[in-house]
Amino acid sequence: MNKVVANAAEAIKDIQDNATLMLGGFGLCGIPENCIAALVKKGVKGLTCISNNAGVDDFGIGLMLQTRQVKKMISSYVGENAEFERQLLSGELEVELIPQGTLATRCMASGYGMPAIYTPAGVGTEVAIGKEVRNFDGKDYLMEYAFDADFAIVKAWKGDPYGNLIYRETARNFNPLMAMAGKITIAEVEELVPAGTLDPDQIHTPGIYVHRIFKGVNYEKRIEQRTVRKS
Amino acid sequence: MLDKTGIAKRIAKEVKNGYYVNLGIGIPTLVANYIPQGMDVVLQSENGLLGMGPFPFDGEEDADLINAGKQTITTLPGSAFFDSAMSFGMIRSCKVDLTILGAMEVSDNGDIANWKIPGKMVKGMGGAMDLVASAKNIIVAMQHVNKAGESKLLPKCSLPLTGVGCVKKIVTELAVLDVTPQGFKLLERAPGISVEQIKNATLGRLIIEGDIPEMQLD
Repeated sequence: MNKVVANAAEAIKDIQDNATLMLGGFGLCGIPENCIAALVKKGVKGLTCISNNAGVDDFGIGLMLQTRQVKKMISSYVGENAEFERQLLSGELEVELIPQGTLATRCMASGYGMPAIYTPAGVGTEVAIGKEVRNFDGKDYLMEYAFDADFAIVKAWKGDPYGNLIYRETARNFNPLMAMAGKITIAEVEELVPAGTLDPDQIHTPGIYVHRIFKGVNYEKRIEQRTVRKS
Repeated sequence: MLDKTGIAKRIAKEVKNGYYVNLGIGIPTLVANYIPQGMDVVLQSENGLLGMGPFPFDGEEDADLINAGKQTITTLPGSAFFDSAMSFGMIRSCKVDLTILGAMEVSDNGDIANWKIPGKMVKGMGGAMDLVASAKNIIVAMQHVNKAGESKLLPKCSLPLTGVGCVKKIVTELAVLDVTPQGFKLLERAPGISVEQIKNATLGRLIIEGDIPEMQLD
């Protein structure tokens, strides 16, 4: 089993205009930097992006907003990006804001082969408009559908040719969930190691979910809020 | 009148030994600084960490290790990482004992609004809607009045809601209040603040029973 491709350009080469993409990461932590750069270079347009955040003005998904490649964002929090807010208020960009746990669980449902989930998040708010409400044991829940994404693009710390993945620290976040949820899942990793190197007990994403894997280059891993204490 | 630090100090007194606690962005984050030493408390960060430690020393920042406010942090002995679905799984299934978050408005039946100002600000709800829909104990840290001097403790929220009937307790620069079926119940006054001042700053139903003690902060 060898799912290794040469680089980001090859991994994303069949992503067409108007595709729906999942992109892993929380803020700028654990984002697929190489694939985002390749998508900007390829210039695909009309994308629907499912990602917890929309990057910042000059990094992460913010780069694809600058080039107007994104038609719609599905996110939970987009407060760090002025260009995003401008496109949203001017109506250039379609945005669906959904609770973070709902976003995560809709990815999970997709990867577990379940069509929908019930969650209490958003009951009684504008998030509930048009959604089925069902009462279980005296409490109301919203029905939320599993996501349907053409591609999931994730970033892991280590991977092998079988597509097995291990994430690092809080860079795990949405990555393992999205990895399970794409019709095609693309993983970029900091370290690509030979099969047999990763301890099977430590694998976060089993390779069955991953279709293409490559070793990323030149990771910037930008820090959004550098906070330190006095020594 | 309390400053932000004072509000954080007062809320820290609500944290009990053995608690798992989720702290929101802003004043709630400061609460971590005032949890008494020796108390066994585990902080949950909803981006995927139990056992959130202090900020790193200069030069030891790690881009892979951040909190829900995207700040660089550290782990502690006993820390654990997990994915976002599991994170909200532990929130939804009420494993987190206490949630502390900020608010723009709270109503006297416990509704909270903190994610959107139509036409002005669209940042999103992040994890707040999941937290308030499931947490068994929610304390709100907020300013009692806005910059124009208008009450943020209302009969009904005017902004889009984050959650319904969920807030249990509110700590502001003026007072500590419980949310009860009859409305806001005044429990404590901030140092130097009169019951009359709190009445004037509260638009929602306010219950005042007997003498209202002044907060003890230390």
